[in-house]
Amino acid sequence: MANLASDFIGIKSPNPFWLASAPPTDKKYNVERAFEAGWGGVVWKTLGSEGPPVVNVNGPRYGAIWGADRRLLGLNNIELITDRPLEVNLQEIKEVKRKWKDRALVISLMVPCDEESWKDILHRIEDTEADGVELNFGCPHGMAERGMGSAVGQVPEYIEMVTRWVKKHSRMPCIVKLTPNITNILGPAGAAKAGGADAVSLINTINSITSVNLDDYSPEPMIDGKGTHGGYCGPAVKPIALNMVAEIARSAETRGLPISGIGGVTTWRDAAEFMALGAGNVQVCTAAMTYGFKIVQEMISGLSQYLDDKQIGLSDLVGRAVPNVTDWQYLNLNYVTKAHINQDDCIKCGRCYAACEDTSHQAIAMSPERLFTVKDEECVACNLCVNVCPVDNCITMVPMAKGTVDPRTGRKVGDYANWTTHPNNPSVQAAE
Amino acid sequence: MSNTPLTPGIVANRLPSQAYAQNFGDHEAPLDRHEARVAADRCYFCHDAPCITACPTSIDIPLFIRQIATGTPEAAATTIWTQNILGGMCARVCPTETLCEEACVREAAEGKPVEIGRLQRFATDVAMAKGLHPFERAASTGKRVAVVGAGPAGLACAHRLAMHGHDVVVLERRPKAGGLNEYGIASYKATGDFAQKEVDWLLQIGGIEIRTGVELGRDVSLAQLEADYDAVFLGIGLAGVNALRAEGEDKAGVRDAVDFIAELRQTADLSMLPVGRDVVVIGGGMTAVDAAVQSKLLGAETVTIVYRRGQDKMSASGYEQDHAVQAGVRIIHNAAPLRVIGNGASQAVEFAYTQDGPDGLRLLSETFTLKADQVFKAIGQTLSGAPQGLAVSGGKLAGHQGKVWVGGDCAAGGEDLTVTAVAEGRDAAEAIHAILLNH
Repeated sequence: MANLASDFIGIKSPNPFWLASAPPTDKKYNVERAFEAGWGGVVWKTLGSEGPPVVNVNGPRYGAIWGADRRLLGLNNIELITDRPLEVNLQEIKEVKRKWKDRALVISLMVPCDEESWKDILHRIEDTEADGVELNFGCPHGMAERGMGSAVGQVPEYIEMVTRWVKKHSRMPCIVKLTPNITNILGPAGAAKAGGADAVSLINTINSITSVNLDDYSPEPMIDGKGTHGGYCGPAVKPIALNMVAEIARSAETRGLPISGIGGVTTWRDAAEFMALGAGNVQVCTAAMTYGFKIVQEMISGLSQYLDDKQIGLSDLVGRAVPNVTDWQYLNLNYVTKAHINQDDCIKCGRCYAACEDTSHQAIAMSPERLFTVKDEECVACNLCVNVCPVDNCITMVPMAKGTVDPRTGRKVGDYANWTTHPNNPSVQAAE
Repeated sequence: MSNTPLTPGIVANRLPSQAYAQNFGDHEAPLDRHEARVAADRCYFCHDAPCITACPTSIDIPLFIRQIATGTPEAAATTIWTQNILGGMCARVCPTETLCEEACVREAAEGKPVEIGRLQRFATDVAMAKGLHPFERAASTGKRVAVVGAGPAGLACAHRLAMHGHDVVVLERRPKAGGLNEYGIASYKATGDFAQKEVDWLLQIGGIEIRTGVELGRDVSLAQLEADYDAVFLGIGLAGVNALRAEGEDKAGVRDAVDFIAELRQTADLSMLPVGRDVVVIGGGMTAVDAAVQSKLLGAETVTIVYRRGQDKMSASGYEQDHAVQAGVRIIHNAAPLRVIGNGASQAVEFAYTQDGPDGLRLLSETFTLKADQVFKAIGQTLSGAPQGLAVSGGKLAGHQGKVWVGGDCAAGGEDLTVTAVAEGRDAAEAIHAILLNH
């Protein structure tokens, strides 16, 4: 069984699976249950300044979207940072860390955007012996209205400034948690790096309305007839998170900045994908909130099996796919594939036909006997038929060998060539 | 409980009183809302879906299932009823395993089709419980049509004609409308008096008058109907039954399975219905299975279906055969009755094994005897009481002739199924409507 021991910016944990700062990590009771179940670390739910704690709504805090059988696909929340007194949290953090020395314990923080506030909270957490801090610049609801959370994370200058304060007043490793509610993730990530952050974690939740009550005409979750946007998370957000992680991992200005991957991690496979795109570890919330802490056992066994099968170590996985993330303009335009339908596997549902005929390139023929075949002379290899086919691997994309003639274009499949040199590219012509 | 399954003879009260309600409850529990959503999600919404082609009434199955999946079972019911006004009953009695569900691509993919029948029942049940009848009668055309037989074919024909604004009079020889839905199918497939509820629901369209106790040929002639009405539809079913042609067929305890089923369906207190200790059912179709299973449910100790050919020739579907076996019925293939043994009343039946060859069925010398104080004949129904002068093909009415249309089991072509009868009644109504419009 592969060794999953993780060292993320000097913070050691027996595996790379941490629980994200969120309801599951709000108190000692939950965190100890998580450690008992096998989680490698936790980011304690965000602490605020000393004083009366925030209050939460007393109606529903979560909204969701479901697949059939009510499989939860996306969750949104309007919960704020911890609503327990600071002293209680600090005492419990201290107790937990003493008892669970081998696990990572990072404290998430969110205080008003002034140096004194940050200096004060950093001093207060110093003797908890926690392993690091995570700056919550991500929460998109509630706290953002008070100038914190994503209100900071959406302004790179603020990110850099606060990160500097944190590095100035604390020797703890500092992770900056980024909001996806921006136009380009590289700005906030670069700012965190410039401010001296040891790592970034992303994504925090996405601004969202999960559904509308069509009887009361209110967003859900509905509080006394009204709703507000919440933070969206769960399996549905994973593709968005993967892209942002990859952008930071591959861009020149942020390359090498350690990343803690967050966003819809539900299985070992999700975790492996984040790590292959450059995340040093992952943080999980929704999957645990949906299924309980026990899921980490599947993540541990699954990732171990995968690493064993590939005969690589955990650190070998990190960033392994990054060199293959590129810009559209560098994709090989001479890579020609054609859809192929395996007739032995085909169950004759005709979804490929409907999709191609109605919405794409009219490249699938249907016989009276419901035999579905690809018309190579029409197929542009868009992959839609593969995606709508209900049978795994029934339709595949078969690359054409170099030198063969593509019956659609009548041209021979040639060597690698991309848009930057394509005759249709106006900037190429301009350069001539 | 005065008797037990072991009491000899044909007697009532073989079971504890509470057993009857349990035995004759829904054979297959209806889907609840969540189960329906999950079952509906399995539908792939196929292009030009094979299930539609396989349905004799061509219900747009993928559409109605998607309507269930999106929380509008009422719209789903409308989709179903637009093609099949008896969609509620068909959801219960259709041999879906040989129709839509056999054609379902998930049957090919994994041997587990989408549960189309149960989903159809869910949609129609929800809509009927809400009292929805999503059809309106067109302005009266002043045309009058006589429908003979208030079975599935006649009812479907009447509804469609009434919807188009024609005035319909349905003549039914039995005391109640419904045909085989009311008299001919197993009780556990249509619980809660569903057949009558569905007739009442169907009649909401208006413009349909049902006259029960009126028999064609006895109380009214076809010529009279042709004279009095603009068109006539005959959906008279198959009122005759085939004889056993075995010695001793006339002994007490031997009766037609269809009569037994009809009596059972009309018996309010099933504990009062007598049944044999050892029951033998001769035949291989749905009627044989329905009679056998219900005998078992009434408390018969042993029930045996004996079919003269092999299992592959049985017209009861595999699903029905499995159901019978699970209910405790034994099925013997390749055996034909030689004689009913008994002094006045049946005590046993002697059978000979058979061999099905290219020259037909041959009796072998090997014989066996089954104890039988009750024997049900379920070897097929025949056209009976059809008016003279109509063309007959293969023992059935051949088709449209002058002002007379035919449909359902009495008509040539198509399987003898409720759903086929509905399709034929509906299509005859459209044909009649097209002609009446031009007069």
